[in-house]
Amino acid sequence: MITQWFFSHGDRRSLIVIAILLAIACLVPLLNLLVPDTSPLHVPTYLVSLLGKYLTYAMLAVALDLVWGFCGILSLGHGAFFALGGYAMGMYLMRQIGPRGVYADPVLPDFMVFLNWKELPWFWHGFDHFWFAALMVVLVPGALAFGFGWLAFRSRVTGVYLSIITQALTYALLLAFFRNDMGFGGNNGLTDFKDILGFNVQAGTTRSALFAATALFLALAVFVSSFIIRSKLGKVLVGVRDAESRMRFLGYRVDRYKLFVWTISAMMAGIAGALYVPQVGIINPSEFEPANSIEAVIWVAVGGRGTIVGPIIGAVLVNFGKTYFTAAFPEIWLFALGALFILVTLFLPKGILGLYGSWKTRQANRAAREDDEILPPVVKQNGTLMPTPEPQAAE
Amino acid sequence: MKAKDTLLYLDGVSVSFDGFRAINNLSLVLQSGEMRAIIGPNGAGKTTMMDIITGKTKPDTGDVYFNGTVDLTGHDEADIAMLGIGRKFQKPTVFESHTVEDNLVLALSGPRSALSALFHRQSKDEADRIHEILYTIRLFEKRHWLAANLSHGQKQWLEIGMLLAQDPKLLLVDEPVAGMTDAETAETAKLLRDIARTRSVIVVEHDMHFVRELDVKVTCLHEGSVLAEGSLDHVSNDPRVIEVYLGR
Repeated sequence: MITQWFFSHGDRRSLIVIAILLAIACLVPLLNLLVPDTSPLHVPTYLVSLLGKYLTYAMLAVALDLVWGFCGILSLGHGAFFALGGYAMGMYLMRQIGPRGVYADPVLPDFMVFLNWKELPWFWHGFDHFWFAALMVVLVPGALAFGFGWLAFRSRVTGVYLSIITQALTYALLLAFFRNDMGFGGNNGLTDFKDILGFNVQAGTTRSALFAATALFLALAVFVSSFIIRSKLGKVLVGVRDAESRMRFLGYRVDRYKLFVWTISAMMAGIAGALYVPQVGIINPSEFEPANSIEAVIWVAVGGRGTIVGPIIGAVLVNFGKTYFTAAFPEIWLFALGALFILVTLFLPKGILGLYGSWKTRQANRAAREDDEILPPVVKQNGTLMPTPEPQAAE
Repeated sequence: MKAKDTLLYLDGVSVSFDGFRAINNLSLVLQSGEMRAIIGPNGAGKTTMMDIITGKTKPDTGDVYFNGTVDLTGHDEADIAMLGIGRKFQKPTVFESHTVEDNLVLALSGPRSALSALFHRQSKDEADRIHEILYTIRLFEKRHWLAANLSHGQKQWLEIGMLLAQDPKLLLVDEPVAGMTDAETAETAKLLRDIARTRSVIVVEHDMHFVRELDVKVTCLHEGSVLAEGSLDHVSNDPRVIEVYLGR
């Protein structure tokens, strides 16, 4: 009975978060657009974009949690998929500038004119259509993840070795995108965006709409993750995390399950990146930096891995902290971040949500003892499958 | 003996790791419906033999046939599991963060593709089978417990239950009673004899009381090959077996 209650409760938690996200998708734009500047309830436009940025980070964290928290694949290169989605969106936004660039070339973006290029490289074709760019936002990270995962998972690369090659992947992309010859704007990346779908990206209404879209996509990501995790496939993933070879001897093709969730996760990260770029107004190779991917891992760890909802809390909290600290005490931010990771690993192995979960379990156990009921020592905490302390130990 | 009349047929199998011959020209034949106990000192190659049968290790030379015609050396673990060979590990290996019931759900025979798992809905039939197994392994009351909270013996049973759910033709069981109490050991022997009525079983075990209780043909391995084979009395009276394994 109790477990059942926890189960429905776990489902309810995702539903509550989806409801909250839908609410702020309406509320924040309303408070920005309809409430006058003088009112204390007014949300300034800069804050709308800032919150939108946090939510794209939260979406990256949810994507990362899907592979790390539930399947034990610690990716230290998820920022690569985020950045690729961002570049796909950036290319669309560049093509929308048209003749309004500094060099006023009707087709070529400024940096290509500057490099004396005479025509558009083949891979820039199609990006003048939004639908094509939107497709690439999902397909490019998805295809890279599929190819990478197919090779890595079939060769049974796991644990820290896999983490290292994901790190190498994002570093290789960083170096490649730095090169001017690659045709993605080199060091400067893509910026000076003007329009998205015909609306001015700087306008308050557009920013509010982008925020709302981000909240909606994050809600969708939570829904999809929750659907996957609650299905039998989700149970297989947790089984792979805890005892990979057992799963194989039961007849499951572990590599295919990993590949499935890995590719879905990369696509999610790509969408997050695409929503990030119009809100911050720039995409450059620094997004591929390994440190970014590691930061994303910290968000998930702080919020609580293997909980879907926790990483959202982690991403928003850590980035609030980052915004505050980098403004107030810029020189200590990295130390604070490092200390945070160490403290969370030592004292909160299940993150903020895990802390809440174990408190709830204690309450439930106490209540049950008072009812003199026979109870298992520990039940599923809050209906989520809490990860074992060593999700990498898959043997 | 011809391979095609047997359930499991190993002939001249050898495998080396870094020059160490773990299995040396091993030949072993198991008939359909047979239960066999494998004994032997540490390092005799018992676990490596199971690795070869289940596809975890590929032999350097030799033939491994299942059901008379299927060459197991050409298949991987997942394939071999689907062909109908189940394996219980030496250390109980269950999914600790799943409930007892979910452990069985995962093991239950059925389609194994990712897509079918994503849209899987449990049928009445499957639920009935899981309940039946829960009763067989005496864990019905604990079906909502996390497997992590079971005792050692209960984990062993859960793993045996998972093998039953897999519905294999051949079960490989590695040291099922290690760390069990005497009562649990006796129960486990009974459970395995029940299982052996409908399928073939290979049991690797050190506990001679347990092997005696099973009352089946025994094979003694030593240094990667068969030292003696026959009834327990025959094997345990073999001077070479006494020399290398049982001691004087």
